[in-house]
Amino acid sequence: MARNRVAIVGAGMTKFVRRAQETSKELAWEAASKALESCELTLDDIDAVVIGSAPEAFDGVHMKTEYLSDGCGGWGKPVIRGFVGGGTGVLSVIQGWYHVASGIFDTVLVVAEEKMSACQPHPQGAFITIFDNITERALGPNLLWIFALEMNAYMTRYGLSKRDIALVSVKNKRNAADHPAAMLGDPNITVEDVLNSEVLAWPVQRLDVSPVTDGAVAIVMAAEHVARRITNKPVWVEGIGWNLDTAYWTNRDLSYPTYVEEAARMAYKMAGITEPRKQIHIAEPYDPFDYKELHHLEGLLLFDKGKAAEATALGITQRDGDLPVCPSGGLLGVGNPISAAALMKVAEIFWQLRGEAGARQVPGQPKRGIAQAWGDLMQVGTVVVLGV
Amino acid sequence: MKEFVYNCVSLSEEDFTQGRVLFETWKPVARYAWDAGIAIGRYLRELKNGRLIGVHCPNCGRVLVPPRMFCQDCFVPIDGFVPLQDTGTVVTFSICYIRWDMVRLEHPLIPAVIAIDGASPGMGILHLLGEVKPEDVRIGMRVRAVWKPAEERVGAITDIRYFKPIE
Amino acid sequence: MIREVAIVGVGWSPFRSITPDLSYKEMMYEAAVRAYEDAGIDPRRDVDSFVTVAEDFNEGTSIFDEYTPDQLGGALRPNHTITGDGIHGLAAAVMQILTGHFNIVVVEAHSKASNILTHPHILAYAMDPVYNRPLAFHPYAIAGMEMRRYLAETGTPLEACAQVVVKNRGNARLNPLAAHAADLSVEDVLGSEPIAEPLTRLQCAEHADGAVVFVLADGATARALTDRPIWIRGIGWANDTHTLESRPWGEASYAYWASQMAYRMAGIKSPRNEIDFAEVDDTFAYKELQHLEALGLCRPGEAGWWTLEGATALTGEFPVNPSGGALGEGHLLDCTGLARVLEVVLQLRGEAGPRQLEGAEIGLAFSWRGVPTTSGAAVVLSN
Repeated sequence: MARNRVAIVGAGMTKFVRRAQETSKELAWEAASKALESCELTLDDIDAVVIGSAPEAFDGVHMKTEYLSDGCGGWGKPVIRGFVGGGTGVLSVIQGWYHVASGIFDTVLVVAEEKMSACQPHPQGAFITIFDNITERALGPNLLWIFALEMNAYMTRYGLSKRDIALVSVKNKRNAADHPAAMLGDPNITVEDVLNSEVLAWPVQRLDVSPVTDGAVAIVMAAEHVARRITNKPVWVEGIGWNLDTAYWTNRDLSYPTYVEEAARMAYKMAGITEPRKQIHIAEPYDPFDYKELHHLEGLLLFDKGKAAEATALGITQRDGDLPVCPSGGLLGVGNPISAAALMKVAEIFWQLRGEAGARQVPGQPKRGIAQAWGDLMQVGTVVVLGV
Repeated sequence: MKEFVYNCVSLSEEDFTQGRVLFETWKPVARYAWDAGIAIGRYLRELKNGRLIGVHCPNCGRVLVPPRMFCQDCFVPIDGFVPLQDTGTVVTFSICYIRWDMVRLEHPLIPAVIAIDGASPGMGILHLLGEVKPEDVRIGMRVRAVWKPAEERVGAITDIRYFKPIE
Repeated sequence: MIREVAIVGVGWSPFRSITPDLSYKEMMYEAAVRAYEDAGIDPRRDVDSFVTVAEDFNEGTSIFDEYTPDQLGGALRPNHTITGDGIHGLAAAVMQILTGHFNIVVVEAHSKASNILTHPHILAYAMDPVYNRPLAFHPYAIAGMEMRRYLAETGTPLEACAQVVVKNRGNARLNPLAAHAADLSVEDVLGSEPIAEPLTRLQCAEHADGAVVFVLADGATARALTDRPIWIRGIGWANDTHTLESRPWGEASYAYWASQMAYRMAGIKSPRNEIDFAEVDDTFAYKELQHLEALGLCRPGEAGWWTLEGATALTGEFPVNPSGGALGEGHLLDCTGLARVLEVVLQLRGEAGPRQLEGAEIGLAFSWRGVPTTSGAAVVLSN
């Protein structure tokens, strides 16, 4: 274990909306102040700030770390922002962990913010610039391509149908109906709704995809000796892991996320987890598209390769199932302000393990949960294991 | 626990069109001229000549495409360029009805990862499929590059118009 | 610090105005190979984590971290990018090693500034989009305003700023890595065309391309790998406000806060007496002076006179930017801070060639992220 045990002691978030009136800075401030309030701290109690935010192109600000720093409580403090595309929200927790575990800082405020709506006419426009500047961009690619190509590879390898996968979207959007900050909660959505939604890039349809969203989430992390003074319900960071595969994504087998498995193994080793299926009680894998939840559950070694869809059909991943998955409603239901969405997953595990998830609370007092994010060119996995 | 209030004001399109909220717009002037370097520079030159090339790793022996000056698995410099065929196999594909800026397309694009013949197994590149009905595309389908005429080629990935099925 | 951390390998791709022969990947590869050979390690086997430093708009690629692992030997390993200055990346690596979970961590930063065709527009894109950007002034005007305020508050003469340029570009003549060595006079500098008065063209660092890679290790690993580790004694970083309307214009508070953090960690109480030399951000000439004061190396208003007396020259009592600084080596975008650290390492190893300082034991590197930011990072190193 780390020489300093690190806990999460507070969390807060804004509502997730399609288009927020607040500026990026104001969204960050809303979440940051909520997180501090939740553990009765003030900015004076915070030693350092970690910012998580995805491409500058969304907010439309170069060096947006600097622009956001005031809103994130960074004035006069050490501020750092790390970045691994969609994996950033969970990476920011890993960064918060190493700030505290290093022994340099006792308390860290971690803020993840995304204002995608600022990018006009559509935030998808920003995504063309994630492709290789010379060998790919000239083909006019869009973000849906990589998901569609990966989803097709995954479905074909394991003989999965669109119907098998649509169940994930239905589960998560229904779960989100219980989340007061959610954007797309719908208690009545059906598999037929998903299968009949507009085809965007086959096999990807409208309701397979999480929405464009504005929002921010923040958590407070603290060293053990401080955490115990702040709260009687600290949630411990038991393991962290992250992994980035090659940028040559067209050279890889897209049907299995090896990088997620590597990140998970790193986190499990640190947490002393030898049998993840028994020792993990609740999971928030990254679900920007419905098939991704299945893909990631397999990468996290929680189900055999190609078997997560079957488990979903059997109800194992429902809130009252053996392994509740995305009880928050995930990105498909709560919304997907990229980095903030992934930090929302960590906040959800925090609330679930403390028994504070309200209508979303899973039964059976879970003791250990996992949050995972994914990003870049189907390339990076970031994993945090939390426990009480 | 205190009752949690989730702040954030959600706006609609009308809030903007009817002037209920004010906003500032800005169009970035962001222009770049990227140095292609040795490996991709050579790749582009060969595309202009109507040829696909890969590189050879002296350590693992694989032939990699697109070219790079090093093998990322072995972390050794490559020891030469290797001519490849302009045929290959569809590894995966999509039928895409949306342009990169989310404008709906009447005729879908068919992007695909194509494993190139002559390179090691699994070595694919991103390109488009053409001269094929969307419903006829299959994973594992054999395809061939359709090149622009020599006088129209400029040394870019778009010197290949698309790949079409091999009859 | 609880655990010792050392730099055990350094590598670079030389700093040049243009580098049309290499892609950014090939430039990073060149620097990485050199660093791994220097450290005697195999990145595919020995490195626990990779940290890269990059900004999307400097690369012209969104989510640029996608393209970082391969050329560093980091594919399918823990990698992440810091959107900051190189020294922020160094801090991320140091913290990872201090947790006890990582023994060898690699840090990389680079610049392909020559590939950016519209740099002033990109920089303007860093300003507040609602309050400031519509005014459509060149971001260097912020430096002009700050310089004027600094000169007024401290009584520093213009000639002192010019002398910084003369000194640094002169030092660069002894540095084969430097892109912008020159033999200039104070009159040349003050007589060059005004950019944002009182700032003239020769007082602004010109851009350059290049890459720097460091290999960091914990104490035990460092001693096993090399008999000349360069120890990281303290590191600090801080932000003042980004808001133009409410920042202190005369002083560099971020530099004060960042250096105080680094000094505290290093146990340094009297920086002027305990540190032998410094590599300090000089991306605008007055910044070297303002930073020297904020870093506690001299009193407010003293740095200009100190410079005019020659105290900060290569042969002076406290050499500043023996490498030539950013004015002499070139402004390397996000890599500028690592270039400062690289010189400190070379000096402490005794590998600085004709510009080698005698008996240097403790050096300081300090970087600033440039206009319109108030973000700085400091690191204290020793041999």
